[in-house]
Amino acid sequence: MKIYLKIWRQNDAGSPGKMVDYTLDNVILNMSFLEMMDTLNEQLVLAGDRPVEFDHDCREGICGQCGMMINGRAHGPVAHLTTCQLHMREFKDGDTIYIEPFRGKGFPIKRDLRVDRSAFDRIIMAGGFVSVNTGQAPEANGIPISHEDAESAFDSAACIGCGACVATCKNSSAALFTSAKIAHLAKLPQGEIESRKRALAMVQQMDDEQFGHCTNTEACEVECPQSISVLNIARMNWEYTLSKVLRNT
Amino acid sequence: MKLNAKIPPGPLKDKWTYYKDHAKLVNPANRKKLDVIVVGTGLAGSSIAASLAEMGYHVTSFCFQDSARRAHSVAAQGGVNAAKNYKNDGDSTYRMFYDTIKGGDFRSREANVYRLAECSAQLIDQAVAQGVPFGREYGGYLNNRSFGGVQVSRTFYARGQTGQQLLLGAYQALMRQVAAKTVSLFTRHEMLDVVLVDGKARGIIVRNLDTGEIERHTAHAVILASGGFGKIYYLSTLAMGCNASAIWRAHKKGAFMACPSWTQVHPTSLPQSGSYQSKLTLMSESLRNDGRIWVPLKANESRKPNDIPEEERDYYLERRYPAFGNLAPRDISSRAAKERIDAGFGVGPQQNAVYLDFSKAIQEQGKQKIKEKYGNLFDMYHKITATDAYTEPMMISPAAHFSMGGLWVDYELMTTIPGLFALGEANFADHGANRLGANSLLQACVDGYFVAPYTVSNYLSGEIKEPRLSVERQEFVDAEVVVRAHLSKLVSIKGSKTADHYHKTLGKLLYDYCGLSRSKEGLLKAIKGIRELRSDFYQNLKVSGDEDEMNGELEKAGRVSDYLEVAELMCQDALTREESCGAHFREEYQTPEGEALRNDEKFCFVSVWQYQGEGKDEILIPEPLKFENVELAVRSYK
Ligand SMILES: Cc1cc2nc3c(=O)[nH]c(=O)nc-3n(C[C@H](O)[C@H](O)[C@H](O)COP(=O)(O)OP(=O)(O)OC[C@H]3O[C@@H](n4cnc5c(N)ncnc54)[C@H](O)[C@@H]3O)c2cc1C
Ligand code: SF4
Ligand code: FES
Repeated sequence: MKIYLKIWRQNDAGSPGKMVDYTLDNVILNMSFLEMMDTLNEQLVLAGDRPVEFDHDCREGICGQCGMMINGRAHGPVAHLTTCQLHMREFKDGDTIYIEPFRGKGFPIKRDLRVDRSAFDRIIMAGGFVSVNTGQAPEANGIPISHEDAESAFDSAACIGCGACVATCKNSSAALFTSAKIAHLAKLPQGEIESRKRALAMVQQMDDEQFGHCTNTEACEVECPQSISVLNIARMNWEYTLSKVLRNT
Repeated sequence: MKLNAKIPPGPLKDKWTYYKDHAKLVNPANRKKLDVIVVGTGLAGSSIAASLAEMGYHVTSFCFQDSARRAHSVAAQGGVNAAKNYKNDGDSTYRMFYDTIKGGDFRSREANVYRLAECSAQLIDQAVAQGVPFGREYGGYLNNRSFGGVQVSRTFYARGQTGQQLLLGAYQALMRQVAAKTVSLFTRHEMLDVVLVDGKARGIIVRNLDTGEIERHTAHAVILASGGFGKIYYLSTLAMGCNASAIWRAHKKGAFMACPSWTQVHPTSLPQSGSYQSKLTLMSESLRNDGRIWVPLKANESRKPNDIPEEERDYYLERRYPAFGNLAPRDISSRAAKERIDAGFGVGPQQNAVYLDFSKAIQEQGKQKIKEKYGNLFDMYHKITATDAYTEPMMISPAAHFSMGGLWVDYELMTTIPGLFALGEANFADHGANRLGANSLLQACVDGYFVAPYTVSNYLSGEIKEPRLSVERQEFVDAEVVVRAHLSKLVSIKGSKTADHYHKTLGKLLYDYCGLSRSKEGLLKAIKGIRELRSDFYQNLKVSGDEDEMNGELEKAGRVSDYLEVAELMCQDALTREESCGAHFREEYQTPEGEALRNDEKFCFVSVWQYQGEGKDEILIPEPLKFENVELAVRSYK
């Protein structure tokens, strides 16, 4: 099938960007979206043009590296799916597709569709871990964890750090990402001990990175490829408030 | 050069203890004067970087992804092994050791494998302490399941995303150290050479992938944890960025390579559907716990799977390997699938797949139970194929998956270059000629958390008096010149074919002649083909853009240029091993029933290769394998 593409091209964070038109003639229904992009790039390289830079690696929805706005939606038209898992069968012959980078104050553009998501790493650095050194862990079955708690911690831990939640939020809030880590660790006895301190530090870092506030539109959950629940945000607010209150008394 | 594997003395079960008791220590005050470079932030890289930093060394860590959390380890679905015997089904360190040695077709070192099994229990403890949410029983205790090649349940899992959760644990430990400033982390940096000073590894040359700048970094020791190179087949289960460059460039600087031709082909990947395809997606092997594998009894069958009655199906694994059935090890299952597909019984539009059927399990256990166990895998299958595997069997096919070969390392995980270590999938150790499921996550973690902290310290204890080097030293300047010249060359060819074109062509050649089965004739053909392809590459490659900017095409071209050299050594390696073992099936050496025929008389060794310079044949140096604790047996899963 034939597809018309309008892709955001921008040399670097400092230069202006613009939408550029491309046409692809031989798109196959079973192609993944990124394979369609490969085909375009192959065409561009052979013509001596610079290919479109985009981030990707695993191509199976787990590394969190791919991500673009496709027709105005983070990761494209299907809910709860990464860009690499999107297939061209979701589009029709003759469609025009708009492709742009994930945008957000905390995500400066590097080139074309690549953005700098290192702010997420710095949020983790602020406290998204259990403070345990190697080589001294107690027997793993020493502290039983209920099946439900383990499963619920997993639900939160499953975040792949793709940034779709930020890109889709009108405030560019990183609340879903940050809260997922806070909730994951708070739900397990190993992480619970540090949970208040962690919430304060991670929320502070999130603000320092210029992510906006959460105003509960819940758009993030809709686009999140891992279906991370907004209830995590409630948990984050609870941990945060509790720690503020406890600190002030 | 004579190889010394440095296996500690004493009985098998005490060797590691003996080593730890005698390893030299570095005084905490001296540790801050010592720098270590770690290339890779997968399980092996993150865990060693965090561990060394916790001990007080200064660590510099690199990866090519935009975040350390995205290393390929993240993709592992199935699980991680540990001999905890929680199920009381007779598991023990020795049994795990034996299964692993046997699974690897008696082509790995006893001492290494025993240590792997010994440290496995500790790894689960470590991961749980870091907050890894492993599957739990209703009573609160850890759950586990079984994997190919074993008859006990020793695989721990976090749904179908164990690698992701283990990696997040290691990544978080790493980020904790980055925050504490004991680790300097460089993401989007690719290592392009190792720098030797007085014969020892003292630094690396890297390219900043965002800006194209070339940088020099120095240290007292260099650790490569750069993962596997199965992506050399182009279509593989690996991530797009996986490559051989780091280990290959170290090889050219003097680190020996071991058994490069041993690539595991995984039996449960999704089949290829077209030439545009960039990767093959793996469905976790754990599915074989409940899924039954079959093909139609009749060749070129056109009916839909659900229309084929039970008696017209061939459950070939259950038929050929009654003791292990659908849980036969990977090399055996992959070959059995290939055999059926080649004989015309393959299914799917390209007749290149077999069925993995859950109808019996769903009937017996209910859909809910199956959903709980493998739900995300079924979802993933649906996303990719638009098929509901709860009502129709999945279609699976073998795909290149894991490099058992890699840099040769001794018991200390040190390569033949002093001060250069290789951890995780980048080294050759532990798995022999075939890796059992769920042993790789384990090896990467054990190398990083529990082995290298001792062995690297032991090495560093001798380097305390070595000063920090200046990056202006001649050795660094020279290495940078070579790296720059190579990049310029790639950009300046200005031919008419893309890096992907060469990668795909090479992949097909390898898959056909150095894949699931090999023959002398085929391998000779492949070597000739690879040489022609390499020469074509340097005449007709096209890379657009420049070297001193972000340039994804140039990154690919650099990796493909290395693959074109690795491939030849793989074929050479396969050619000299005149026997069949594990993943290496030489058609000339098989039993009348078509099973692999090992030759312990002549080939009970590790094939170690020494680089001789551009265009020269490499030299083979065998490292004999001594089996003192197990008897070399025919590997039977019948
Ligand atoms: C789809 C899939 C499923 C799997 N499932 C399982 C499973 O269930 N159980 C199991 O035990 N094993 C599994 N494996 C195997 C296992 O995941 C890997 O062998 C293991 O994770 C490798 O870890 P590693 O740390 O050695 O390397 P990786 O995690 O691959 O990390 C490599 C690192 O090196 C970096 N790197 C590479 N080259 C360079 C360079 N030149 N410069 C800078 N950085 C570089 C990368 O950026 C990355 O950070 C699976 C593998 C695949 C492909
Ligand atoms: S919460 Fe969801 S959308 Fe946000 S980073 Fe995590 S996986 Fe991506
Ligand atoms: S490429 Fe890894 S999630 Fe899409």
